[in-house]
Amino acid sequence: MSYKGVVKYTVRRGVVLFLVVVLAIYITIIVANMGGKIDEFVKGDLYLQIAQQVKRDPQYKNLPGSEQEKIIKMKYEQEIKRLGLDKPFLERSLIYLQNAITLNLGRALYMTSDSGSRLVRNIILERLPATILLFTTAMVINFFIHLFLGLHLSRNYGSLFDKIVIALAPTSTIPGWFYGIFLILIFASWLHVLPYGGLVDVPPPSDPVAYALSVLKHMILPLSSWIISGFFLGVYGTRTFFLIFSTEDYVEAARAKGLPGKLIERRYILRPSLPPIITNFALGLIGSWSGAIITETVFNWPGLGLVTWTAIQNFDTPVIVGVTVIYAYLLAITVFLLDLIYGLVDPRIKLQ
Amino acid sequence: MSEVGMEYSLKGVMRELLSYKSGVASLLILIFLIGLSIYTVTTIPPQKAIAMWRGENNMWIENPRNAAPEWIEYFVHKHLPRTIKVDSREKSFGIVKAKTPIPETNITQIHIEMSFTYDYDDFPSEVNIFFHAKYNASENAPLVRLYWVKPDGTKIPIKEFNMRDPNQILYLSVDQSIYAGITSWLMKEKHIKAAKTVTTQQILFGKLTPSLSQGKVEVEKGTYKLVVDATTYNKGDDVDLKLVVYGTVYGIAGTDHLRRPLIIALLWGTPVALAFGLTASLAISIIQLFIATISGWYAGIVDSIIQRITEIYMIIPFLPFLIMMAAFYKLDIWTILAVVIVLSIFGAGIKSTRALVMQIKEYPYVEAAKAYGASDARIITFYIIPKILPPLVPGLIGSVPGFVFLEAALSLLGLGDPYLPTWGKMINDAYNNGALYKGYYYWILEPSFMLILTALAFAMLGFALDKIVNPRLREM
Repeated sequence: MSYKGVVKYTVRRGVVLFLVVVLAIYITIIVANMGGKIDEFVKGDLYLQIAQQVKRDPQYKNLPGSEQEKIIKMKYEQEIKRLGLDKPFLERSLIYLQNAITLNLGRALYMTSDSGSRLVRNIILERLPATILLFTTAMVINFFIHLFLGLHLSRNYGSLFDKIVIALAPTSTIPGWFYGIFLILIFASWLHVLPYGGLVDVPPPSDPVAYALSVLKHMILPLSSWIISGFFLGVYGTRTFFLIFSTEDYVEAARAKGLPGKLIERRYILRPSLPPIITNFALGLIGSWSGAIITETVFNWPGLGLVTWTAIQNFDTPVIVGVTVIYAYLLAITVFLLDLIYGLVDPRIKLQ
Repeated sequence: MSEVGMEYSLKGVMRELLSYKSGVASLLILIFLIGLSIYTVTTIPPQKAIAMWRGENNMWIENPRNAAPEWIEYFVHKHLPRTIKVDSREKSFGIVKAKTPIPETNITQIHIEMSFTYDYDDFPSEVNIFFHAKYNASENAPLVRLYWVKPDGTKIPIKEFNMRDPNQILYLSVDQSIYAGITSWLMKEKHIKAAKTVTTQQILFGKLTPSLSQGKVEVEKGTYKLVVDATTYNKGDDVDLKLVVYGTVYGIAGTDHLRRPLIIALLWGTPVALAFGLTASLAISIIQLFIATISGWYAGIVDSIIQRITEIYMIIPFLPFLIMMAAFYKLDIWTILAVVIVLSIFGAGIKSTRALVMQIKEYPYVEAAKAYGASDARIITFYIIPKILPPLVPGLIGSVPGFVFLEAALSLLGLGDPYLPTWGKMINDAYNNGALYKGYYYWILEPSFMLILTALAFAMLGFALDKIVNPRLREM
């Protein structure tokens, strides 16, 4: 493949993905603003705020009501203009879109970060570590458990463990948060050995080691709920995936040639099965980043999922859009890189 | 995919399905769930279910609050109290009512004795008395004296009062003046100072021993009597009452914090879950099938537009988006269902189906159809879709639990249907009312059991069908 072809493909794919991201974000902006309705709420709040401010201000306090009214109105109009709320929603939505695309996430309407900042960026960055700690850990643990046990079972299929995994695979249709409720019921409510939820003991221990141990203790139940939920279907899926690869004709041919089993496995089974595995891993990693609203609610885990849920409850559009924008960018970049790498590495995927 | 081109008959599939244990089990569960749904919808129509769940006209006032299901007895090995209701208007054994007019006046003496047997191992959760009196509100209200007679004949005065309302309710277990009255009676007659933790029910139904001062009290089994002496001052006046001794267990499912029988939500959750899950997965599968077929068949510009839309869908986060729509627009369950379908039709399933269509497109019989001049619509509906439908069925069935749990997850956040009782709403209620902290485990376990049963039935059926449709999996 020519160098020029690669560049052409890369640019085209990049542009298309960028347009896709822009459209997705625009749809999110329209829905998260309820087609402009959220701005009406904001305007209402603003008016109340200014009215109270003026009425409390000693400078205007003694003015007659109609004068006060006038001043309130004037200040309100000024503020509306300053915020750009006087423009029609269509125009504003495009400004929002531009800000979102340039990662200018702006200020939250109502929410503040724990450190008191109104900036959406700070609100997101503050909660990100908690989410990554829990869900990325869960995802990575799950990935390797499924990979190694699946590989193991594909070598020993028909064994007792294999039969158990097949029989119990349907249990994975039950989501993690649902197992979470049961784990809380057993270990927190009944046995009183683990906390109901949260990130760390209250008050948080000041010693860093004690702090880390406390966080670890709080992680056990949510982490287990995700591992249990994914376990059987994950192992079953990987095992079947490897089995399908190991019955391909070229593997049979290699066996017929009398190649050693280790070599067959490494060169003829593992290598061609690598691309989908890497894709799964990369997409899972990005997916774990946005957290899980339900699991975080059940365990009261202060991550991004909980922030998203709080933002939705408070109609805090900038936060919702902010989380979506970052997620969209990360996902698009991952997809783009995967496309590119496969294009370069995998001879079966022809670049057009 | 070598399985494309296999023919399936319903009979053959059924026969094969029944050869798997999981297939038989899942079919049995599904028949049970469908039967339960039909029973529910025919015996409790939706309007009635909504009214019952709202508890219109205080209809559950005679039910115990947070009562466990009756089968809990098998685990605690105790005979737990049921709710006992005694009504003076009913002519039955144990109820005596006598009216004695005082000559030359309008005054009537009414004497009522209501006895009932109490042979449970635990105290009742509440005791209430509902009056149903007849008197003219502008005139003198009847004077009522209440006595509680224990099995050994001890007579405890409960209260003496003039009625304030013909339908007055006396909440014996929470009424402070009654509690003060009977504890001071206990002091005077039995010389026992009850500990602060001792409740009214415990004094009424317990053995009055000195251990009461340490807060320890045992149930006294036997026949109790409520004695009422009422004096009415006008002709035609009457006093009747209903004594309700609330149990700690109720029915086969128990009750919640609003005294509603949980069985209503358990029953109604079934048709809702089945309808929601099946409609969502059926609609999504069929629409995806058409989109994928069009994408694969027409190729070119149509195909690339559909592929781009799929990518947009991939980037929009499904659950936060759905939750946002449900929260912002306060949707009911059927609108949520529509949103779920719209948010899923360009999902990941399109890709594999599209690949299948592109494969079938090259088959000789499709070429032949083209050659004799068949239209695109004809080829798609009669030659392609029937071919790719069977491999999709296991996925369709297998995706049902996901939607059932989706409804539960939305309900858990308080975004479920505002009127209909569902399993998710039960879990949400239980969660919000501290069922996990207070130990009302049945409240969470019952809907969970139904959810798990439904999920496993569909998942097992999906897996079994997958083996039938993809014979390659059978050897693995």
